[in-house]
Amino acid sequence: MNKRRFYFIAAIIILLYLIVILIGSAQISPLVLLVSLLATTISVATPLTLGALSGVFCERAGVVNIGIEGMMLTSAFFGWFGAVFLNTIWSVPPLASLLFGVLVAIIIGGLLGLLHAWLSVSLKVDQVIGGTVINILAIGITGFLNRQLFFEKNSIFGGQIPHAPGVLPRISIPFLVDIPVVGKVFEQQPIAVAAIVLVIVANFVLFRTRWGLRTRAVGEHPRAADTIGINVYKMRYWNVIIGGMLAGLAGAYFTIESVPSFEPLMTNGRGFISLAAMIFGNWTPFGAWAAALVFGAAQAFQINLQQFRAVIPPEWAFLQYSYVVGMVPYILTMVILTGVIGKTVAPAADGTPYEK
Amino acid sequence: MSEEQGPKKTRSFKLPPQLVNTGLVPLLAVLTSMVVGGLIIAAAGGNPFAAYAGLFEGAFGSLNALSETTVWASPYIFAGLAVAVGFKGGLFNIGAEGQLAFGAVAAAWIGYALPGMLGADIPAVLHVILAVGGGMLAGGIWAAIPGFLKAYTGGHEVINTIMMNYIALNLTSFLLNGPMKDPNPMNVVARTPLIVESAHLPPVFPEFRFHWGFILAIGMAVLVWWLLWKTTLGFEIRTTGANLDAARYAGVNVKRTIIVTMLFSGILAGMAGAIEVTALNYRHELGFAVGYGFDAIAIALLGKNHPAGVVLASLLFAAMRNGATRMQFLTQIPVDVISVIQALILLFVAADTVVRYIYRIRSRDERFSLTRGWGK
Repeated sequence: MNKRRFYFIAAIIILLYLIVILIGSAQISPLVLLVSLLATTISVATPLTLGALSGVFCERAGVVNIGIEGMMLTSAFFGWFGAVFLNTIWSVPPLASLLFGVLVAIIIGGLLGLLHAWLSVSLKVDQVIGGTVINILAIGITGFLNRQLFFEKNSIFGGQIPHAPGVLPRISIPFLVDIPVVGKVFEQQPIAVAAIVLVIVANFVLFRTRWGLRTRAVGEHPRAADTIGINVYKMRYWNVIIGGMLAGLAGAYFTIESVPSFEPLMTNGRGFISLAAMIFGNWTPFGAWAAALVFGAAQAFQINLQQFRAVIPPEWAFLQYSYVVGMVPYILTMVILTGVIGKTVAPAADGTPYEK
Repeated sequence: MSEEQGPKKTRSFKLPPQLVNTGLVPLLAVLTSMVVGGLIIAAAGGNPFAAYAGLFEGAFGSLNALSETTVWASPYIFAGLAVAVGFKGGLFNIGAEGQLAFGAVAAAWIGYALPGMLGADIPAVLHVILAVGGGMLAGGIWAAIPGFLKAYTGGHEVINTIMMNYIALNLTSFLLNGPMKDPNPMNVVARTPLIVESAHLPPVFPEFRFHWGFILAIGMAVLVWWLLWKTTLGFEIRTTGANLDAARYAGVNVKRTIIVTMLFSGILAGMAGAIEVTALNYRHELGFAVGYGFDAIAIALLGKNHPAGVVLASLLFAAMRNGATRMQFLTQIPVDVISVIQALILLFVAADTVVRYIYRIRSRDERFSLTRGWGK
């Protein structure tokens, strides 16, 4: 990550935090508020981080994946369904049901990755169209099944939204969590922690292993890779499937870690913002994570500002509408994509089907 | 891919290749989706034949049903044309939904607030033209922003139009809950006040909801066809869409063409919203625009980006949406199943290789090429 982009990220986060702290300082001490902002930022950046990692794997191998949004939504639904099914129908204890739900989400994500790989690698459908198909399929299927399973009288849940198994419990990172005040930042839910671990793992895999070298070769110059005996199709298939699984884990965040319920369209564009984070992070895991944190900060800004609606100064009255603040992440995405904060370079063969 | 030298079962379809591409493949795609949809209905415990009979009855069973189908179809035609124009210019406008919502908000504002602002009544015809025109302009501007960003910064329109959707959603939520909220004390919904009578686009027959918007939509389809295939601008749009470099060498101002394509696309989507406000709802209500953007993509792809195809595809989608209520009433199959079928149609049409693969139709046709990476 170059310096300019690092400064930009730091500046945006500090600016957003400052506004909240200035408005809220009359009620809550700035340090407590800062800790709360940091904790929220890391937590809400989770699906964006995972989504961006999903994009990094797919695109490093040369496959554009704009279906991340749909993969997240579908996995969120099926993960939730799996957890609820185990918990209410088979009376499995909540924690085990939730972990099973996470597994289901990852598998569903992987299957959608397989579908995307089939469309874009084997059938050579335009990859943006293929991704859009996944997005639209996701809306249709989750909408239909949500109605069919949870709102129909003759469904397995008897037409009632079932009693929830709750959300994944917080885990504390030993020692760090004991630091006074700031320690709260190190008390996160499992998927949030996993996302950060996966950033490190992904970086290692992509830049320090043979697999990663081959993946990048396939994304930069598939013909050259093919000539030296790398199976282009196989590499692309597996990376898109891995990408799908990461998007699936991101989906699990929504229904198993964040809130214990499913709502239609609940991913709310997070998949697309992930792509922007991936681009801004220049197709590297750490860059993508940093970019995801910016969006996380923008969301933390919105969430934390809610509690101070009453004390917002009258000249900033428009901030009282969450919709106004809600536009920030989306506008930020567009600004970042203009490239004013430094040009990014996509893998050379990104989006191009390979024909032998 | 290694060419299989196995048994060569070349089914010799004697249809000309163009007809196969634009006629047979979409038809088979729709058919296949209906079959898969039938299986889903059966799996959900319904009778697919009864469901489809209900669907058909609800869509075409009476004059009123027909009229309702056209009511559903008109925004689809406008929005489908919007996406098709974008595709022709090599641009993927996923933002029809936001442009439609913005067009609707603008039309509603002109419809209810402008006479008060001017302190005078506006003659009926002029007011309608102002409201619809304002909606078209608003939609056009909303789409031209991502067009501009694409042309001058390389920011990809796929992400930017989606971001503009979310911004539009937040902005309209703000407007409809705040400054533009219907002040009627009984109102708890995020919606604008009713537009005044002079801004109404009248129905064609007083007893049906069939309105002039549908006829305008057909007119726009003809206009789009004329513009794309009979004018220099249309040629430039199509050349830019087919091959950016070739267009540049041929002396086309590519940047301007990209912006104009998006502007034109947005104008069509904005018109969809404006017509719904002036001809049907007489106000804009939050949540109304949801879903049109993705439906429009499916319609454009199903119609092979040709105006005539878009009209036919819109009628099909409208018939399904309109008939779905009747289907649900008769067979208790939830209307959401339509979304699944439509998504499948999109899958089979967009990836028409899938259909060709299933039915073993040979092809040597041109392949869609929209994006190659995120640059340019």
